Amino acid sequence: MFETMSLLTLQHYWWCIISLLAAVLVFLLFVQGGQTLIYTLGKSEQEHTMIVNSLGRKWEFTFTTLVTFGGAFFASFPLFYSTSFGGAYWVWMIILLAFVIQAVAYEFRSKPNNFLGKRTFEIFLFINGALGTILIGAAVSTFFTGSEFSVDKLNLTDLTSPVISRWEGPARGLEAVLNWRNVDLGLAVFFLARVLGILYILNSVDQEAIARRGHKQLWVNAIPFLVFFLAYVISLLLSKGFAVDPATGKVFIEPFKYWHNLTGMPVVAILFLVGVLMVGFGILRPLMNFRSCRTRGIWFAGTGTILSVFSLFLLAGFNHTAYYPSTYDLQSSLTIQNSSSSHYTLTVMSYVSLLVPFVLAYIIYAWWSINRKKITEEEMNEEGGHTY
Amino acid sequence: MIDQIDLSMVDWARAQFALTAIYHWLFVPLTLGLSFLVAIMETIYVRTGNPEWKKITKFWMILFGINFAIGVATGIILEFEFGTNWSNYSWFVGDIFGAPLAIEGIMAFFLESTFIAIMFFGWNKVSKGFHLAASWLTAIGANLSALWILVANAWMQYPTGMVFNPDTARNEMANFWDVLLSPMAVNKFLHTISNGYVIASIFMIGISAWFLLHKRHVLTAKRSILVAAVFGLITSIFLAFTGDGSAYTIAQKQPMKLAAMEGLYDGKAGAGLVAFGILNPDKKPGDKKDPFILKIGVPRLLAILGYRNANAYVPGVNDIVNGGYTPWFENIPEEEKEMAYSVAQKIDKGKEAISALRDYKTASRAGNSTLARISRKKLEANFHYFGYGYLNEPGSVVPNVPLTFYSFHLMVFLGVYFILLFIVVLYFLNRGTLEHRRWLLWLSLWTIPVVYLASQAGWVVAEVGRQPWVIQDLLPTVAAVSMIDSASVKITFWIFAGLFTALLIADVMILVRQIKIGPKDGGQS
Ligand code: HDD
Ligand code: HEM
Ligand code: HEM
Repeated sequence: MFETMSLLTLQHYWWCIISLLAAVLVFLLFVQGGQTLIYTLGKSEQEHTMIVNSLGRKWEFTFTTLVTFGGAFFASFPLFYSTSFGGAYWVWMIILLAFVIQAVAYEFRSKPNNFLGKRTFEIFLFINGALGTILIGAAVSTFFTGSEFSVDKLNLTDLTSPVISRWEGPARGLEAVLNWRNVDLGLAVFFLARVLGILYILNSVDQEAIARRGHKQLWVNAIPFLVFFLAYVISLLLSKGFAVDPATGKVFIEPFKYWHNLTGMPVVAILFLVGVLMVGFGILRPLMNFRSCRTRGIWFAGTGTILSVFSLFLLAGFNHTAYYPSTYDLQSSLTIQNSSSSHYTLTVMSYVSLLVPFVLAYIIYAWWSINRKKITEEEMNEEGGHTY
Repeated sequence: MIDQIDLSMVDWARAQFALTAIYHWLFVPLTLGLSFLVAIMETIYVRTGNPEWKKITKFWMILFGINFAIGVATGIILEFEFGTNWSNYSWFVGDIFGAPLAIEGIMAFFLESTFIAIMFFGWNKVSKGFHLAASWLTAIGANLSALWILVANAWMQYPTGMVFNPDTARNEMANFWDVLLSPMAVNKFLHTISNGYVIASIFMIGISAWFLLHKRHVLTAKRSILVAAVFGLITSIFLAFTGDGSAYTIAQKQPMKLAAMEGLYDGKAGAGLVAFGILNPDKKPGDKKDPFILKIGVPRLLAILGYRNANAYVPGVNDIVNGGYTPWFENIPEEEKEMAYSVAQKIDKGKEAISALRDYKTASRAGNSTLARISRKKLEANFHYFGYGYLNEPGSVVPNVPLTFYSFHLMVFLGVYFILLFIVVLYFLNRGTLEHRRWLLWLSLWTIPVVYLASQAGWVVAEVGRQPWVIQDLLPTVAAVSMIDSASVKITFWIFAGLFTALLIADVMILVRQIKIGPKDGGQS
């Protein structure tokens, strides 16, 4: 079935999958957001334990989604993998380190004799929550703002330095944070993750004091999120963008490119709008009517996040746009055509992608069977009632 | 910026990769094996309904969880290191290599991470049957992840199922099944996962032996030893068989690695196997010195193991460098079937392939289709030697012989020892006198670090033995790197070294404490 599709169709299909993984990843960053709020929402040892245990049931999903996002990007657009990871070295390394320390933190935090001490592991969780979200946001923003690199396949025949992709900035990716738009998106993701984290905790922990503080924090985080997010969207729609001439593959600068993408792809525009409205609704409902609506916000805001991030990625890659633009050498910019795997590999991978619905189904089932019962103080006090 | 590859950068990138891989491999094999052992124990619990077995299961599950977390932490670095450190590699073979990594994520990691949550949080929330299924699915997920990453690694040892596309300047997958089912991949998978099972068995026996030595949790300990020793005996015999299979595929596909494993400098028909040997430290390829100070060998065995033929010619290091012999191994182009080329000849051909690629690309860019066609022909004719074009002197194809040799012999020696250990433990357990054999209990305990050593030695054979290639004959390590300054890599190397070591210490301290707490309803204090 996939064999007969054109390379271009497969490239689009895979860009959709990458976008979907990225979207799910941003939603799941609620774990990271929650991690930055452990001390804000919980004031006693008991409350910390409840929050950590509710987040701890989910951290693996976020982590695995990140890993799978990387693997899928590698398989479908290997030139991105080699250019960005080998180039923006420091940004990715710091992101990775932030995830390494997270992976052990839950398991080790409350175990006796853990060498570094409980507090250290909680700091690890905080670092992961803050750096992970901000830097991922900033890295994604470079899909729109561009980076300084060059790609030349002919380098392969240069025996003294056969490297194809070269980064041309000395800061190795860290220069991304000098661009206010990248920082803006980073902060938007950070506050969004915190908002989602609060909504998730409201949904899964049943304890009055935590809920009260959550209500207050929802305001505190929703407002900066809104400000940073709107600023980013407005600047994106007004900015020039990196367009590709479909006939020649030449990349050129086009004013209002992303605005044109939005109007040129009405379906994406609708998805984006619906997504943004759902996020807004998911936040507002518990804010307005806290007593009865506080547990459902996560579903609306989560789905909305997935829809909006998904459509942002489509804006970056579809409609003849270079999704990883080079400001150093326009023609080195990566597009879904010039950076993808071969027809054969994309076909094989497309068959594998048929597994995704099954994966989603068992994840949802497992999620439901664990979260059916909310975390309560009684449970935490039971023998063997909490794991972390 | 930097216009030449900094060689010290290559070394640091290698060191960094080796460091993370070695750390990853400290935790992964235990995950592979312990997940099955735990699932087996839980199955016994569900079938018998005996709460004692539930206690045992829960105890080992806690140790499993501690170990698992840090395996995950080290894995993520490895995955992205292909991009950060080996960016050229990631483009050159990403079309083939990326797929297994992606499949691993979709098929294995999600399975594992979803059901592990049920394993740990689900005891009071889901039915017994569902919980048991989750434990099995976790084990299957872990082993599937091993499958895919090992397929990827095996492909680097023996690239197959692909063609080079000069337009994109990379290798492209042509047959997925060739990649998945290559003999190298099948063997590597079987050998490596059975290695995980043996590690987990010895881990379980060693810790239980400690309980017996201190007369604690005697019932738990004995039951655990029974399950682990039976599982360990079966899998260690299988490990030896698949080890033989590995050696056979190496002989067929990577003759230089075989020569290094055996310290064989000058080949011969019907070569023997070195059972025990001490290498002459001054020996260099090409000189006339005896490679061994001391050697106990078994005549003809190497030829039999490598070629299933007592008269087969096994080439040594010097033969492979100098060429001029008739090869018995499979992985050789038609033109060398009668007489193998020297490495110098291969380097010339490789350089020709590379310059043909340059001509092809410049001609295509300029629209000169005749020159493009001619260059392409020339490229295809020499492509088998492409990687050699990046090398400068023939001697550079020789890996570190002593390291490969000693690692290999250590692994094999210990492999035999583990089989014996399982047999002896089972014998005394059966006679009911295991508790009184204190020497054996101590031996079992101290075998835990030894089994890890054997396992790491195996990877050293596999990875050091294939140097200078990242991808056999296709891409040498120097041409695989990213263009980064060595200072950056050095800094991250030390960050990783420090962080991983701290985490390892934490891991061991927590494990030891949990073991001391023992299986008292879950072990949590
Ligand atoms: C406890 C661990 C352990 C033990 C006892 C053995 N192995 Fe092993 N061996 C491994 C653990 C291992 C490993 C870590 O799993 C390796 C590394 C790469 C691989 O494929 O498996 C490996 C690799 C490896 C290789 C290199 C594979 C390659 O380069 O692709 C060979 C030839 C053997 N083994 C052969 C043996 C033989 C003949 C054994 C005799 C009993 C043996 N091994 C025992
Ligand atoms: C360079 C090679 C390797 C890479 C890039 C790699 C990558 C990874 C990654 C990214 C994880 C974390 C997965 C998660 O999110 O849960 C992981 C964990 C793991 N890896 Fe590796 N790995 C490598 C080598 C190996 C080998 C050789 C094996 C087994 C034979 C193996 C088996 C496992 C297992 C069992 C885990 C446990 C955690 C899990 O599956 O989630 N890995 N690895
Ligand atoms: C987890 C177990 C593994 C261990 C302990 C291990 C060990 C090592 C060591 C010691 C080196 C350094 C060799 C040298 O530079 O001389 C190395 C290099 C390397 N290994 Fe592995 N390895 C493992 C798994 C893998 C897997 C599964 C892959 C691929 C999927 C892989 C791919 C590589 C690559 C790309 C290099 C760097 C290039 C090179 O130096 O050859 N390794 N590994």
